[in-house]
Amino acid sequence: MTDRWAVAVRAAHCLARDPLGLGGLHLRARAGDARDRLMRLLRDFLPDAARLHPEMGDEALFGGLDLSETLRTGRAVRRGGLLARAETLILPMAERARPALAARLGQALDGGAHALIALDEGAEPEERLAPALADRLAVTLDLEGLRAGDMPALAPLEGPAAEDPEDRLAALSVALGIASLRRAGLALRLARTSALIDGRDAPSEADLAFAVTCALAPHATQLPAPPAEEGAEDEPAPDEVPDPSPRQEALPDGDLLLEAALASLPPDLLERLASGPVPRASGMGAGAARKGNRRGRPLPPRPGRPDGRARIDLVATLRAAAPWQSLRGGGPGHPVQVRAQDIRLRRYETRSDRLVIFAVDASGSAAFARLAEVKGAVELLLGQAYARRDHVALVSFRGTGAELLLPPTRSLLRTRKELSGLPGGGGTPLAAGLRAALEQAVQARGRGMDPAVVLLTDGRPNVALSGDADRAAAIGDATAMARALRVSGVTALVIDAGNRPSPALRDLASEMGARCLPLPRADAARLERSVADALG
Amino acid sequence: MTAFPFTAIVGQDEMKTAMILTAVDPGIGGVLVFGDRGTGKSTAVRALSALLPPLEMVSGCPVNSARKADVPDWAGPVGETITRPTPVVDLPLGVTEDRVTGALDIERALTRGEKAFEPGLLARANRGYLYIDEINLLEDHIVDLLLDVAQSGENVVEREGLSIRHPARFVLVGSGNPEEGELRPQLLDRFGLSVEVTSPATVAERVAVLRRRDAFDRDRAAFAAAQAAEEEALRDRIVAARAALPRTAAPEGLLVDCATLCLALGADGLRGELTLLRAARALAAFEGGTPSREQLVRVAPMALRHRLRRDPLDEAGSTARISRALAEAFPEEVPA
Repeated sequence: MTDRWAVAVRAAHCLARDPLGLGGLHLRARAGDARDRLMRLLRDFLPDAARLHPEMGDEALFGGLDLSETLRTGRAVRRGGLLARAETLILPMAERARPALAARLGQALDGGAHALIALDEGAEPEERLAPALADRLAVTLDLEGLRAGDMPALAPLEGPAAEDPEDRLAALSVALGIASLRRAGLALRLARTSALIDGRDAPSEADLAFAVTCALAPHATQLPAPPAEEGAEDEPAPDEVPDPSPRQEALPDGDLLLEAALASLPPDLLERLASGPVPRASGMGAGAARKGNRRGRPLPPRPGRPDGRARIDLVATLRAAAPWQSLRGGGPGHPVQVRAQDIRLRRYETRSDRLVIFAVDASGSAAFARLAEVKGAVELLLGQAYARRDHVALVSFRGTGAELLLPPTRSLLRTRKELSGLPGGGGTPLAAGLRAALEQAVQARGRGMDPAVVLLTDGRPNVALSGDADRAAAIGDATAMARALRVSGVTALVIDAGNRPSPALRDLASEMGARCLPLPRADAARLERSVADALG
Repeated sequence: MTAFPFTAIVGQDEMKTAMILTAVDPGIGGVLVFGDRGTGKSTAVRALSALLPPLEMVSGCPVNSARKADVPDWAGPVGETITRPTPVVDLPLGVTEDRVTGALDIERALTRGEKAFEPGLLARANRGYLYIDEINLLEDHIVDLLLDVAQSGENVVEREGLSIRHPARFVLVGSGNPEEGELRPQLLDRFGLSVEVTSPATVAERVAVLRRRDAFDRDRAAFAAAQAAEEEALRDRIVAARAALPRTAAPEGLLVDCATLCLALGADGLRGELTLLRAARALAAFEGGTPSREQLVRVAPMALRHRLRRDPLDEAGSTARISRALAEAFPEEVPA
């Protein structure tokens, strides 16, 4: 089963046979002929599939009050949502679905009465279907590079019944590093369905291989260990504790399933592994301005339909209805006549304050003059703080540790006073500086601010977190802290203040997920401009 | 629809224990379950409804009151007392504040001009469980609201001219994947117990999961029937433990142990000690006898793991720190 079109066609037939049991399809492909062709096939099988929209409101999905009808007839008219009407749902632009929608759909899938076809058009590796949904869909297909004209008809699979499908699928999912227990179950179900559409009772080896290609391999997070060589040296010493990880225990050399999995591993898996899983915190501390309908500074109300999220602005609604009362037969002595078009919704704008945390290298190696420039830049940034609502904090690191020179503040006067006494000299405890900055960032986030870290250094860490002057440990600690910063999702910017741009610092910046700006002769004004530009 | 039976869940003993402890003593507070996707978190919570002893409640009462006298005055006409499974209410992401707390019944306001209260999810969860999947992605103001109600046991609605309060005593169960975002320490601390679930690492265990799930999917009713005796036995034990709980007192020495352990770990606040003690008592009531140090050692990780100050560089995480502290404080109870 190496032909990807054949796999896709078989998967479509399986979905048609058992849509609810399989949960659905995660189709990763750009809009194009190949995708249209497969979707036409699926639509023939599942004619009443309903198309969703990623921004669809809860009312439309799950049903609710039909407002215009209710107001017209004067009694409550309920309208069922899409989920009540359609069994199979198609979600285009699935990579853009909000986590809330993904969660609701996941719940619906768990209910066992729906199947979902998620059309994922993500171009970047980060643009992906919400994992909560992807985990529940049995089939994952990638149509990249396939041409519509080549689509084959369904070819039956042959072969003897497979032995111990459960054990082998479970072993393979361990070997591929798949944490979710759902995947092996879905793969098993897919293999059975695949056998059924050919009219066989039990899945054959080929069915299993097909199921692994569609249901297990796309979820792999590691490459399976290579099959052990005959007589290799991995016989454990008698008194050694056996390795608890069950890597290959049920996978004989040359297993067909393993080969199927290897053949269909996502091509970018290696890259993803090399960079490591980089979880970017989302859903919290998104600090930019947001228009919402729950809290924040009130904005003028707008006409709209209640979608289950917004709240109705009663006064504005009545005001909108008022001029029409005599026409509609309302007015004194009669109940107020409200129509759907009168409804006004409340809107709010929230904007979290931003905190720029400067982590400044005040060691001997960082040119002494630069400290003065940084001081100037901080003051300039603060000068704009009133307009931009920025707070500023300053962490300096030198000698054996870091200290918080300036807690988050918007006070210009206080900053000047603290900055004038900023001392310099000593070793470069970069890790300690980053840790102090991270602590500030996490605290600021807890207070609802949106922190950003600006690291200003020449990038020669030589003091470890413990305070020892150990260059290797210092670099290791700094890298670890940079990763911690990245994981916490703090926006960061690294300014290389050395005379020549340092490659080590650029690597550190990429660990941090930050931009690295070499500014060899930074003066206060340029520094301020760069920071303002880079952080937006 | 038949839910997957609780007793058929393979492994995940810590999570199951935590759920049982809150069933024995709901006062322990909520349970936070963090771990990989597809490791049975939702399955365990949804299985609770079938597992737990059914409740007596007045039919038609929006807050599941046990007696007619407790039915709030804003509720409509109610019927007789009936027996219903313990409510387990799902709170989806993206839910509005109105849906959670309840709000003005727009339908009745528009059509009949009446000012009526439409109860929300908190009312429905009263005396039961409220389950939030992906709690770390839930919007902050909803989380704040939930924790506040979970602590006070009462939902107060003051909006749109309504002034209503109703009991909302429930066990909050939150689950999530830590890679997608953390919870604020203030929120972590409000949960009584916290467990970490991981996928079973052995093939044998995974095969067992696969077999049971497969058998369940093929014939749900038969699977549930085969598991019924085990469910019944566990239910009886929980009922017995609830009865035994008031009689289960902790010896003085155990209090000292609790304090010693929390001091050694530097856990914030006193909530850690209190929860630790309650959890040990609940475990003792469930297993019979008085709380012992061995039981304390078993519940310590789940009661304390989320209350430690975080160290961004400590890769080992809180669980390892607690095991270390346990091994130091009680060397004879902790197997090396």
